[in-house]
Amino acid sequence: MLKIDNLANEVAGKPILKGLSLTINAGEIHAIMGPNGAGKSTLAYTLGGRPGYEVTGGSVDFEGADLLAMEPHERAAAGLFLGFQYPVEIPGVSNVQFLREALNAQRKSRGEAPLSGGEFLKLAKEKAGLLRMDMEMLKRPVNVGFSGGEKKRAEMVQMGILDPRLAILDETDSGLDIDALRICGEGINAIMRKPDKAVLLITHYQRLLDYVKPDFVHVLVGGRIVRSGGAELALELEENGYEAVAA
Amino acid sequence: MTVATLPTRRDEAYRYADLAALEALWPLPAERIVLGVGEEGAKAIVVDAAGPQARDIEIVLGEGASYDLRVLNAARAYGRVAVRVTLGKGANFHFGAAQLAGGDQTLEIVTEVVHAEPDATSHQVVRSVLAGHSTGTYLGRVVVDRGAIGTDGEQSIRAMLLDRTATANARPELEIYADDVKCAHGCAVGELSAEGLFYLQSRGLPPAEAKKLMLQAFIAEAFVGAAEEERLTQAAIAALEGLL
Repeated sequence: MLKIDNLANEVAGKPILKGLSLTINAGEIHAIMGPNGAGKSTLAYTLGGRPGYEVTGGSVDFEGADLLAMEPHERAAAGLFLGFQYPVEIPGVSNVQFLREALNAQRKSRGEAPLSGGEFLKLAKEKAGLLRMDMEMLKRPVNVGFSGGEKKRAEMVQMGILDPRLAILDETDSGLDIDALRICGEGINAIMRKPDKAVLLITHYQRLLDYVKPDFVHVLVGGRIVRSGGAELALELEENGYEAVAA
Repeated sequence: MTVATLPTRRDEAYRYADLAALEALWPLPAERIVLGVGEEGAKAIVVDAAGPQARDIEIVLGEGASYDLRVLNAARAYGRVAVRVTLGKGANFHFGAAQLAGGDQTLEIVTEVVHAEPDATSHQVVRSVLAGHSTGTYLGRVVVDRGAIGTDGEQSIRAMLLDRTATANARPELEIYADDVKCAHGCAVGELSAEGLFYLQSRGLPPAEAKKLMLQAFIAEAFVGAAEEERLTQAAIAALEGLL
């Protein structure tokens, strides 16, 4: 589904990713762990197409297409979802309006018919229910006045509504209390753990992986993946720290 | 505000005006709205002519009268809306305006709100979206006369530049000759948040749609609560589409 080959990039002239390679197949859940400054969020933003994250080498193939040649909205329509570490507040724009327009823009570019207001609300209600989020919150402006945990749950509701093939979730567990962590974990499983979908979880900690069991764990240090293994690698990292494992 | 001779740039209220365009329209027909004691009124003005257009409106509010004026200034050449309001005791004036300009258009909104007697309130919200080489101006004076205690005057002025080549002039002004009044003004000129745009695009909105959604939200405050909110909003969206 996703094949990253020797990816290198720069942010503000500074090299961050230095030859990162990773292959994710349909049906797999991968976790990337690593210390601060390793390039984890940079990887997420680069795959999402954020301006300012300049690719200087390598390639990314997503479902047979050149991901790096696409605009951010084209990547979304192709089935990529980027869960933000810090979801952005958009004053004055309601979640419902934004998500309906976003979903219909994606459907339009895939040649599918738009959802009517009623159809959309039914879908939104179902996905909000998965994350135990009140529909009233979705009528409010995007992320404005939401707590850290509510923002992350709202991200997962967005993911449920947009129904991507591949979700890249950047520290979805940060800022979550124990209950919210479990709800988000269950949401990720319900929405994404399917044979035709895949997830790339970016995290510092083992705790999210208690709920969303990864098939593969990778350690990212200094812009490269220095070690890969199964779910047990996350436990080893938790026990011994990045320095010991990456050495 | 209407004067017989064509104003010059030395006249503060015409400092940024397109005088050549104004000359063709001069003298402007005087529009006068007078509300008696306790009366209420509302008006929505859409300026979207292909040619130059200028309005000069005088509003006089009696004791306890209330007036709600909304303006969408989206003239395709030169568009000017000037409003002079005199507030009687306890009167209330609400003004919400959006101006949307692109190309080399010049749009301006000029207000003078005089709190002549005690306990009147005025609330002004002006949002400008400026693209290309356009110029958008807001000049707003709030005058609190001697003895007009208990006045509450507020101006919230914001402009969004879509291109670095566009110009926003914003000058909220207060002239206060009374004690015990509450007057606030806020004024900001900015650009669309790149972070916000990327967030919206990452969910599948093409750049123009993402901008439109953010700009629609930006100008919404000017029309919120208006009797003709729907009509003004639809006209504003149509004008925004022309800018993107």
